[in-house]
Amino acid sequence: MSQDVMKHPGLNLGPAHGSDDDAAQGMIFGFWVFLMSDAILFGMVFATYVTSLSTHALAGGPGPHDLYNIKSVFIETLLLLASSFTFGMASLALKYKHGKARLVGWMLVTLVLGLGFLGFELHDIFGMFAKGGVPSRSGFLSAFFDLVPLHGLHVTAGCVWLICLVGQIARYGLDTKTKLGIMRLALFWHFLDIIWIAIFTVVYLGGLA
Amino acid sequence: MNAQLDGVDEPADRKREERREFHSYVCGIGLALLLTVVPFALVHWFPAIPRFSLLILIGAFALVQMLVHFRFFLHIGFKQKREDLQLLLFSGLLLTIMVGGTIWIMASLALRMAMPGQP
Repeated sequence: MSQDVMKHPGLNLGPAHGSDDDAAQGMIFGFWVFLMSDAILFGMVFATYVTSLSTHALAGGPGPHDLYNIKSVFIETLLLLASSFTFGMASLALKYKHGKARLVGWMLVTLVLGLGFLGFELHDIFGMFAKGGVPSRSGFLSAFFDLVPLHGLHVTAGCVWLICLVGQIARYGLDTKTKLGIMRLALFWHFLDIIWIAIFTVVYLGGLA
Repeated sequence: MNAQLDGVDEPADRKREERREFHSYVCGIGLALLLTVVPFALVHWFPAIPRFSLLILIGAFALVQMLVHFRFFLHIGFKQKREDLQLLLFSGLLLTIMVGGTIWIMASLALRMAMPGQP
């Protein structure tokens, strides 16, 4: 049934969830509109970064080869990708009613992976600071610290949201609001992983190539 | 209404659908892993490749990986009830025009002002 026509992006709950499935369509379309506008915001910050890659914008300061650490970025990429998968497992647990314990379990695994990602990113940023790569050093570094921590802030917001949803599950159970919250966070989480593809490609791999 | 729909929604059908959707996630992460590891390996172990071709290559890998994520994680297909795909494509068009245009104009400006090292 759900293979025929999708009501909205992300995993559709399907008719077994009754009115919750009907409520999802409009609510998630609205969230999809927000995600697309967020993508435009990220796109413009990417444009700022790419135009700040000239030797002039480096202002004699440290550049990509001095500052970026490909191993750390690779680990961050794997953590975020794994967290996208575990959130998918949480979505399946929600849709097929595997019980709250399994749903919350997968969500907490996702949270741990997300926090691990943030930990590595903070470690990277402090490593850059130690090498003199501070935002005020050059136009290039200002643009870098506009782009990468903007994504990090989004992931932080996602983690806070996830904790709130776990609290909501504990307090209210899996009612319509909680279900729709989990489904929207799932979209947000997968969307952030897509932004990260652009970041590791344009910023890190492009900078080190 | 729920009971009526449950009749259509046989447990066996749901089991099959669940397995299919689980496989879709596994397929997605498999492809995404491959499309991540290859560009990292190219940049890390093959510095001999000319920079321009390397950038084109990793860019292509990133674009394909984005499509994989949209298909397998966000479940965007050609049959959506609302304009999800159209909105995505329109945002893509806007991004191409604005980001591409910005980079083009700034690169051209840098060239005309004879600034070295602009991409």
